[in-house]
Amino acid sequence: MQIDRLERIFLFLTVTLLAGVLMAIVLSVVHDGAELPTQAGRINVAEVRDTAPFDAPGVYETAPGKYQAVIIAKAWAFEPAEIRIPVGAELTFVVTSIDVIHGFQVWDTNVNAMVIPGQITEVSRTFDEAGEYNIVCHEYCGIGHHGMFGKVVVSG
Amino acid sequence: MTTDTRIDIALSEVELSQRRWIKWHLYLGFVGLLIGTLMGVLQALERLDVNLYDEVGLESYYQGLTLHGVTMALVFTFAFANAFLSLTVIRGFGRPLASHALLVGSFVTAAAGVVMAAIAMLLNQATVLYTLYAPLQATPLFYIGAVLLVISTWMTSVNQLLTLKAWRKKHPGERIPLLSYISIMTFLMWDIASVGLAVSVLGFLLPWAFGWVGGTDPLFTRTLFWFTGHPIVYFWLLPVYVSWYMMAPARASGKLFSDGVVRGVFILFLLLSTPVGLHHQFTDPGVHAHLKFIHGLLTLGVFFPSMVTAFTLVAAFENGGKRRGGKGLIGWIPKLPWGDAIWTGQVLAMLGFTLGGATGLINASYTVNVVVHNTAFIPGHFHLTVGTATALSIMAISYWMVPHLTGRRLFSNRLALAQVWMWFGGVLMFSRGLMAAGIDNQPRRIPVNSAPYAQDSWTSYEVLTGIGGIIMTISAFLFFYIIIRTAMNKVAATSDEMSFEISETIKGAEESPAILDRLGLWFVAAVALVLLAYVPVLLSQGLNLDSPGFILF
Ligand code: HEM
Ligand SMILES: [Cu+2]
Ligand SMILES: [Cu+2]
Repeated sequence: MQIDRLERIFLFLTVTLLAGVLMAIVLSVVHDGAELPTQAGRINVAEVRDTAPFDAPGVYETAPGKYQAVIIAKAWAFEPAEIRIPVGAELTFVVTSIDVIHGFQVWDTNVNAMVIPGQITEVSRTFDEAGEYNIVCHEYCGIGHHGMFGKVVVSG
Repeated sequence: MTTDTRIDIALSEVELSQRRWIKWHLYLGFVGLLIGTLMGVLQALERLDVNLYDEVGLESYYQGLTLHGVTMALVFTFAFANAFLSLTVIRGFGRPLASHALLVGSFVTAAAGVVMAAIAMLLNQATVLYTLYAPLQATPLFYIGAVLLVISTWMTSVNQLLTLKAWRKKHPGERIPLLSYISIMTFLMWDIASVGLAVSVLGFLLPWAFGWVGGTDPLFTRTLFWFTGHPIVYFWLLPVYVSWYMMAPARASGKLFSDGVVRGVFILFLLLSTPVGLHHQFTDPGVHAHLKFIHGLLTLGVFFPSMVTAFTLVAAFENGGKRRGGKGLIGWIPKLPWGDAIWTGQVLAMLGFTLGGATGLINASYTVNVVVHNTAFIPGHFHLTVGTATALSIMAISYWMVPHLTGRRLFSNRLALAQVWMWFGGVLMFSRGLMAAGIDNQPRRIPVNSAPYAQDSWTSYEVLTGIGGIIMTISAFLFFYIIIRTAMNKVAATSDEMSFEISETIKGAEESPAILDRLGLWFVAAVALVLLAYVPVLLSQGLNLDSPGFILF
């Protein structure tokens, strides 16, 4: 099958574009350390409140400057709803759900993940600027979905 | 290559009867579009702080949104695919469908599915949105309705294949006509893709909703949903690609470049549509990041055939514009049939799709995805794809298809032209508003003005989304008006208006390799790729049926 010259040029440009996109993605991972949520363990939905660390939701300093926020997502609130950390802290969110699927997005950051019953979601981020960041559930979780939010308060 | 490009007006009894069923199936899709539009305008008005859900007797915004998603994304699109790609197979092979029973069966199954799902949704017993994520639990009726919709498409596919078999008997060694080829390939792709949803519903959700099993696995069923949920976008798109390739160029006097390239494009869709579903789960826990990356990589690959399509179509239109006397680099553009609503509507849909494709590349990019995932950016994106590339094309194609099937003349080409331009203008505003809101942190799937965290900076986007959505709604009502007036038109369509003209190719089938027609081979290759891409995903997740159902609506 003969492919026309113009067609070949166009296909070449397409491949170049896609290769460029791929390079940019690889660079964002390798160079800028962008990470996606991965497998962080399972948990039995019925036993969440009896299983560490979810038996005590809250914010903990795990090492100097490093914090862990243990959060339970449920219809229609995050528990705890407010997370306080000092500026510059590296915060790891450890989240699971006790009912349905929820979303977990921290505004103006790249923290954006799903919370799925039976699964543990783990995402980290360093907060270098003081301020209040909304945490919003962005997956439909029943009629109270649009009221489900919390916040990260970073104080300077 | 010379093909006969006119349909024989003297139709056989069988064919007349088949066309009637195809017509009813098309109309079933219009019912979906109508319900979807009524819900759509409520969503648009909500953006303008006009909340009418109580007034119209709906329990919540989400009940409306479930109706909108299901009727638009599953009913309207599936019915069109069933109807149109039955008609194209008849035309392509120049013979009726092999099985009348399957044709009727497909319609009846789909109609039953629509009725069941509609009852469940209207009773507020299935407010789980069209993604039906467990462990939100709907009434069994809803899941049965959804499965029937899928089964109706399988019936169409089997009928196409039986027709191919019957045709081959009489035409041994001949190349499959291009029109039939791409119609059949579309359904073969979907046959593989739809397995995920079917297994999820039949194997897990339905027994669980009936209470036969106590729990389900939210991640596993979600993965099965997205097994179907990405390729479903090609099941929305490829039926209109069939028209873009085979009808739009002919209306502009243009010829397609090469038969082989078109076949190749559809083979790539068959191969690459399904093994990419994890790009909808980039932000999911419980799915390994490496597997996400592999699916992300293949996703870039499936962008390729759409780029080839863009090239081929523009080349065909240039060819047409030049044959109509246009000269120079862009002089051919004004010579195109801009006065023809059927052609113009499809071309506007293509233009919308270039934006939809570009934003799709953003969503699909492994790490950029986190910026937009589940924000209002996403509905902004897909109203340009399924909401325009598909929906606007279907409307434009209907302006040909309804006269073709009923013998009644299109009520008003000028009104139709106004309708398609309105949709195009409306959706540009609408999607612009949603995308901007999404980048400004607005989540999707919320009644914006009821959210406690709503921002003042969102107001200007809401105006765009609201007004754009209202313009789209008016356009949709204009569409229904034109279609009803057409179906009831006392004036008969001319044989020209009723004809089914298809694009010729400059390089015909005789120049494309015979291996392209080995459908079985490509199907097996596609299945193998899907297994490679999904077996590790499913195995690494395991199955944990420990989530009880929740009815939170
Ligand atoms: C009359 C024109 C339309 C209007 C005003 C409209 C409006 C909307 C709005 C505002 C949303 C976002 C809701 C949210 O995230 O909270 C939405 C979602 C959606 N629309 Fe449309 N739409 C229209 C036409 C269409 C068409 C033609 C299709 C497809 C054929 C479509 C398919 C969808 C789907 C699948 C969703 C997602 C539902 C979900 O998140 O569960 N819409 N629509
Ligand atoms: Cu939610
Ligand atoms: Cu996708």
